[in-house]
Formats: sequence, structure tokens, C-alpha cells
Amino acid sequence: MAVLDEAPPWLGFAARRLGGVLLVLTALVVITFAIVQLMPGDPARVAAGANATPDQITRMRHDLGLDRSVPAQFVDYVGNLLHGDLGRSFHTQENVADIVADRLPYTAELALLGIVVILVVAIPLGMLVAVLCQNGRRRRLDGAFTFVTGFVGSTPEYVLGTLLVYVVGIKLGWLPVAGAATVDALVLPVVAISLGPVCTIARIVRRETAVVLGQDYFRTARGRRLPARRLYLRHALPNLLTSTLTLAGLLLAGLLGGTVIAESVFAWPGLGTRVVEAITQRDLPVVQGVVLVLGSLACLINLLIDVVLGLLDPRTLSGKAAGS
Amino acid sequence: MTATRVRKRARPNAMLVTGLVGLTALFVLAVVAPWIWGDRADELGPSVHLGSSGEHWLGTDALGRDLFARTLVATRLTLELAALATAIASIAGTVLGTLIWVSGPRVRAVGLRVVDVMISYPAVILALTIAAILDPGPKACVIAIGVAGCPSFARLTANLAASVAGRDFVATARLLGVPSLRLMRRHILPNIAEPLLVLVSVSFAHSLMALSGLSFLGLGVQLPDYDWGQLLSTGLQSLYTNPAEAVGPAVAIVLAGLSAGFVGDGLAARAASTSGNSAAVKPGSRKASASAPVATGTDHSVPDDAVLVVSDLRVRRPDGTALVDGVTFHIGAAEIVGVVGESGSGKSLTAMAAARLLPGGLRAEAHALELRNPGAEPLALAAPGRDGAAVRRRLATEIGIVYQDPSASFNPALRLGGQLTETLRVHLGVSRREARERAVEQLEFVRIVDPEARLRAYPHELSGGMRQRAMIASALLTRPRLIIADEPTTALDVTVQAEVLALLRAANRRDGTAMLFISHDIGVVTDLCDRVLVMYAGRLVEELTAAELRDGHARHPYTKALLAATPRLEPDGEADGKLDAETGDGLLAAIPGRPPQPDERPAGCAFADRCAAVLPVCRDTPPPVRVLAPGRTVACHLPETGAPVPVQAGPKAGRHDAAVEAVG
Ligand code: SF4
Repeated sequence: MAVLDEAPPWLGFAARRLGGVLLVLTALVVITFAIVQLMPGDPARVAAGANATPDQITRMRHDLGLDRSVPAQFVDYVGNLLHGDLGRSFHTQENVADIVADRLPYTAELALLGIVVILVVAIPLGMLVAVLCQNGRRRRLDGAFTFVTGFVGSTPEYVLGTLLVYVVGIKLGWLPVAGAATVDALVLPVVAISLGPVCTIARIVRRETAVVLGQDYFRTARGRRLPARRLYLRHALPNLLTSTLTLAGLLLAGLLGGTVIAESVFAWPGLGTRVVEAITQRDLPVVQGVVLVLGSLACLINLLIDVVLGLLDPRTLSGKAAGS
Repeated sequence: MTATRVRKRARPNAMLVTGLVGLTALFVLAVVAPWIWGDRADELGPSVHLGSSGEHWLGTDALGRDLFARTLVATRLTLELAALATAIASIAGTVLGTLIWVSGPRVRAVGLRVVDVMISYPAVILALTIAAILDPGPKACVIAIGVAGCPSFARLTANLAASVAGRDFVATARLLGVPSLRLMRRHILPNIAEPLLVLVSVSFAHSLMALSGLSFLGLGVQLPDYDWGQLLSTGLQSLYTNPAEAVGPAVAIVLAGLSAGFVGDGLAARAASTSGNSAAVKPGSRKASASAPVATGTDHSVPDDAVLVVSDLRVRRPDGTALVDGVTFHIGAAEIVGVVGESGSGKSLTAMAAARLLPGGLRAEAHALELRNPGAEPLALAAPGRDGAAVRRRLATEIGIVYQDPSASFNPALRLGGQLTETLRVHLGVSRREARERAVEQLEFVRIVDPEARLRAYPHELSGGMRQRAMIASALLTRPRLIIADEPTTALDVTVQAEVLALLRAANRRDGTAMLFISHDIGVVTDLCDRVLVMYAGRLVEELTAAELRDGHARHPYTKALLAATPRLEPDGEADGKLDAETGDGLLAAIPGRPPQPDERPAGCAFADRCAAVLPVCRDTPPPVRVLAPGRTVACHLPETGAPVPVQAGPKAGRHDAAVEAVG
């Protein structure tokens, strides 16, 4: 029956999503805290450096608070986080918060541009192929699309990146292959991280579009003899976006992982290159800080996708399963 | 409703085969490469950073070692690590999923939620975290990637277990008191092996790429060991001097990933096809259907005021098989014509052809298929090619369509108001305000309370009956000349059915709208319509007035069988003992056998196998279509079906009278 006059559905939706976000953030804090606790060996020895005397190590242990009980350390850790204090690098003694503030914009720039490129390219591409190939028409185009997207989609970003560096950067000399000094230095890294997801998501869109085109409500819309643009944009797009985003959400959040790796290919001064450096140096506070920030970013992307989904499909707000 | 046949194709799965061949080759290589090329791969050469040559296909590295050999030798370590990580992910994940599933509903809900959150967390970042804890190196990376892959397996196991657990044999085992864990091991895991296998191959591909990625970053395999990722990272550094150095490992990573991915996709495709979901249209096999020898009289009885004229309509599949085979009829002004038949009789396709809305791939041919309008040219409904804007406008405004399933026929993502007013706004340029006012007026006509609020609602906020009434309002909005209603009551329950029929009748009386009403329910059709067409296996077998049908004057054995199988709709509209409204299966239960498939229709009468009165001639000679009177035809070999009809039963005799009072 009609349920028109109950509590606004978005309230429950917001509560559920907020709960999820808090859960992830709590888990992140616990995990990053555990990095120091779980590491085999003595963090204080690592922090004090290879040539430290036992005395220095003891002092370091005290300075880091490692001589206190685990719960007390955890309380300290959370307290510091709430004050925006992420600790200091073992190596450079820099403030980790400063390192993050310094590097985050580069990674965020790359990842956000990547997401925009992916959505802007993959959705029209997938829809176009689906519309052109509906009812088994243009089988050759369909086959070529499936083959190329399958091939590129399963090529990891570091391989694509290496290829791009060689072809576009070295052979053709069109674009810079390393660093972030100029705007055009962005092009290759963005292409490298988005090409694979573009292919994978275009395939999803192609499949989901085909599903929507076969739905009864789409036949109803065809029965209204709407112009093609209105037909596809208004009656197909919102519905296929719902299912596509649900599936592609994981890929978009996973894009951060690809970014971390791709940064190394292009010597991009973001969080990725920094965390790799920190891991090889066993610079734990930096690792903790960066993982925390990257994790929160992933959580933010997931949240954004959920909100967009809620806006697109009124049924997800009320928590009902889509479809009949 | 298409009669397109679902066929399983026993085609060898090319993807699976390719993938398996690729993976097998890689595994063989992993075993033999270190023995064959091991020495060569470690042999220091005099010439360093050599480009590609006949001796060194991929050149040499900084120490003069042959890169081709190194790439081949690295296969073993790369695959080993990926296999280990996959093993960790699948075993730990399946165990985790099992634990979640056996631990009771409350824990299960929370557990699944946590697993979902874990899945949405990027695996590479998790792997970096674990690598940081454990000290960089292959061991840390394998554990990291393995752990990162766990949640997918856990979710799949838990979900599949839940779906299998709903099946009968598991319920029985549970009734017998088989403990959860044992149930899982003995009954459930074997049943979900296939999807798990798909995930294993996908996971292997992912692990391989992620591990190579970590080695590429310098966090995985450490020198002097080397895997593909490690080789690629060295290759990247010497990209300027010897680009061939990166080629080997890059190609190897892509090929391995592709092969494993192919196996996964291939397995998934196979699973999907064995569960019988491919509605593939049979290619080739141009089996021209035997056309009816007697073209039903062309325009013998079409009155001047006809709204829809259908003459010798055929609807064909791409392979040429006719699903609707030579149907001729017309609908006069303000007339309600019903088409009745079992599913697969072609009645819905006839309706969709008349609406110029056939499903993709099917095409309509007809001697004439047109919508007539005194003020304009007849509108051809079977014309090939695209429609121009003017034709589209006439189609949209002169034909109103009421679809079968109201819950699926509105777009779930759009508000009702936008959908109802769309035709007015797009085709007639009516302003938003006026369109809404007219929509409200029609919603009031179909007795929807608080129409303004309904216009702002989404379809899922309305009940099924309300949605179908809104659909009728939508069809009426442009004051069409013809309404085509395709089984509009089939998906509704009995009381709502009566309401919807009453509304259609009221609309017919208010606007004089002609109607083509499709149903499998001969009772409903008799009740609502003026004239009735009975279809069987793509052809019209009888045409008669509703009054004749009511008075027991049906002559064709199939019509009689339909009537005998249908409990009559009582005059007060209380339909007791309606058919199984969903499918009309009640008919099939009552008339033994099934109609022949479109490509298996016999040369003679298609009903012969099920006909109680079958004659020898029926088997190989198509029954002649006998026109007994205008609007009174029958296609049967039985001599008595051709007897002259009593004079009073003209096409419009008895119109409304009984029918209107029946539900009104
Ligand atoms: S033609 Fe023969 S088989 Fe067909 S309905 Fe008539 S009597 Fe039965």
C-alpha cells in the first residue's frame, strides 16, 4: 500500500550510512594503532635508528609512550588524533600531519580527476554500444568492444603506465613522464589509472543498459514515441546508473589503490610515493598517518556513491530492494 | 510475451577453453622454465643493457643477463606467490563465510555488514598496511593480498549458503537435526562449488596483478629473487636505454591475468547457460511457414468508420518464422474488440504490432495495418524504417496503451506526474501547469483520491491496482482514438480486475474510444467486448460477437474448449473461481496438450493434436476460413461449423446491454 506520510525516508538512510562511516573510521583507527603494536621486533629500536645505544632506545621507548599499557597508549593515540596530531616521522622528525597536508592534494587531484574521467567516458561509451548493438545488431562492433575492453580492463595500471611513459612520453615526446611540475604532467597518470576502470565500467554499463532497454517501463517510454535523446537520457540513464554505480562503487573506491601504485610509475609527489618510501624505511608514524587518510578517502568515496544512489533511486532510500 | 524460443546452445565455451589453455601453458612453463633457462637467466654477460637481438630476444639487463630467460624463469615465483595468496583468500574466506552463516541470524546480519564494509576498502591499501606491519617482502605481500581477498569469499560463501539453505533437501536435513557445520560441509559446499571456482580464478588473476604491483613498488620480492613485477620495475628504470626490457614482464603479467580472467568469465558463462537463461534466437534455418491458403476476405466488411484496420498481418522473427500468421480484422468506432487465446497464440504480438511497438528483432508485414482518422491520412503501422516527428506525434496521441504489468510498466526512478504528462508536454507542447491539471482530471476519472499528491509520488508508493488505474489515466490523457490494452488485468487480483474493467468500459462510453482488448480469459472478454477474436497458434480461428459467445453459439472446437475450461463470470461481477490469473494455466490444465511452437506448426490444423473432433483431413490440409456473415468467421474442417448463421446475430447485435450492467 501507499506509504506516503511516514518519517522522511532519507532520515533512516542518513542514519544507516552514518553508522557505516563511523564503523569504518573506528576500524581504521584501531588498525593503524595496531600497526605499531603488531609489528614484529621493537618499534623503539626502529625509531631510534640502527646505531642507537640501548640507552637511547629506552629513552625513545619512553618518548613514544611504548612503555605504557596498551589501553593507555590507545587512549593517547585517539586523543592525539582528535587534536590533529598524527605523530612525527621516525626519519625526518617532520610532523606527519604536515606531510599529509603536503601530499594529499596531489593524490586527491589524481583520484578525483580519475573518477570524473571514468564516469564521463565509460557511461556514454557503454550506453552507445548497448544502443547500437541492441537486438543483436552490429555483432562485429559488439565483439570488438568486448575484446578490447576485456583486454585493457585486465591490464594493471602499472603496466599501462609503463606503456604510456614509453609511447607517449619517450617515443612521441608529447607529455612529461614524471613529476607534477606542470599541468600536462597530470595527463598520463590520470589516463593510466582510469583506462582500466573505464573499460571495466563501460562493460558493466553496456550490460546494464541492455537490461534496461528490455524492461517493461522502457517499452512504456517507447510507446510515448519520445525523441531518442529524451528516451535514453531520461528513461534509461537513471535506472542503469543505479545498478552500474552499485557495481562500480567498489572499482571507484579501489581506484585509490591504483593511484598509490601509479604514482610510483610517474614519480608523482602524492601520498602513494610517500607511503611506499615510509614502508621501506619502516617509518611507522608516516605509514599510520597515510593509511588513515587514504582509508578515510575511500570511505568518503563510498559515501558519495551511496548518496548519489539514494538521489537516483527513491527506493534505495527506504531500504527496499530494487526491481520487482 | 514474445514467442521467441528459449534454446540452450551446446556450443563449446571458447573463452573457458582459451583461458584454460593459457593457464596450463603458464603452469607448465612455471615448472620447466627454471630447469631449462635457469642458468642462462643468471649468467652474467659481457654486454649490458643490450637491445633486442637474435641472441637476446629482449636484450640484456644491467648485469648482462638475458631478459627473455629471466622473464620465463620468473614465471614460477610469480605463479607460486599468486597461488599462495589465492589459497589464503579462498580458505580463510570460505571458513569466515561459513562461520558467519552458521552463527545464527543476528550475528549473520552484522557479520555480512562488516564483510561488505571490508570489500569496499581498497585491497592495495590494506596490503600496504599489512606489508608495513610485517616488514616488506614476499611473505608479507602474500599474506596481505590473501587477507585482502578474504571478504569476497566470505560474502559469496555466506550468500550462497543462504540461498542453497532455502532449498528442500537442506530443509529436510535440518528437520532431521543435522548440525549446521555438517550441513554446510555435506550438503551446501558441494552445491556452491561452481560459483566459488569462478571466484577462485578471478581472485587468482587479481592476486597475480596485485602481487606484481607490490613487487613493482619494491615492497614484494626482493633481489636477488625476481618476479615479473620486480623485472618490470627495473624495466621502467631503463626505459630510455632499453625499452625491450619492460616488454617481457608486461606481456607476461597481462597474459596471465587475461587467462585467469577468461577461465572465470568462461565458467560463469557456462553456469549461466546451463541454468537456461539465454533467449537466443535460433540463427539460420529459414523455415518458411506454410501460409494460409485462403486469404481472409480483404475489405469485405470494413465499415467506413473503422478506427483500426488489420489485413493479413504477419509478425516474423529474424529467421522468417511467422509468430502471427495472417490475421485480419478491424475495429469500428467506439467498438471494443477482444482477442483471446492461450499464451503463445500471438495475441499480444498482434496488439503490439497494432501499437507499432513490437519487441526488437520482430517485424510486421501486412496487406494493411492502419489507424484511420476521418480528419487525416490513414496512419500506416507496419511501415518499415524510422518514423518522423509528425508520425511519432500521431502514434503517441492517437493510440493509448495499457500494459500488462502495472508494477513494471512505470519507470521506478521517475515521479508519476512526469511520466503521465510526458506525452502532452513533448508532443502537444502543453504547458507544465495545464498538463498537470489535465492529469489530475483523468486521475479523478479513474477514481484515484488525492490526485495532486499521487502526481508527486513514485510508482512504488502506489498499490498495484492504483498503478493500473493511473496507467489507464495516462492512456486517456491525449483522448486517443484507440486504446490497446494488453492483458491489463492479468497481474491484478480479482476485485481490482473488476474495477479496471469497469473503468475501461466507462472510458469507452465517455469518449467513444475504440478498444483492442487482449486477454487469455474468455469470460472477461465476453463480458467487456462487443466482438471477440479467438486466436490459436498465430492465426484467427473464430470471430464472433460477444452476444453469440454468451448465447452459446461458438462453433470452433477450440473456442468451445476454452469456454468449457472457463468458469463463467457471474453477471454481478463477482468472479468466483477465476482462472489462475497469472498465467492462464487453468486453460492448459483443462485442454490437454500444448499449442505447437511457431517453427513446428503442422501443415494442417494447428489444433489437431488437441482437438476432440479431429478429422483425417485436419492433419494435412489447413482449415478453410469461412466467412459466415460480416464479422462472423470460423476456420475449421467440421462441416457443421460452416452452417449459415441466424440472421439476427449481426456484428453489433446485443452490444453493451448485458455487458454494461454486468460490472457497471
Ligand atoms: S480443423 Fe479439424 S482439428 Fe482443427 S479444429 Fe477443426 S476439427 Fe479440430
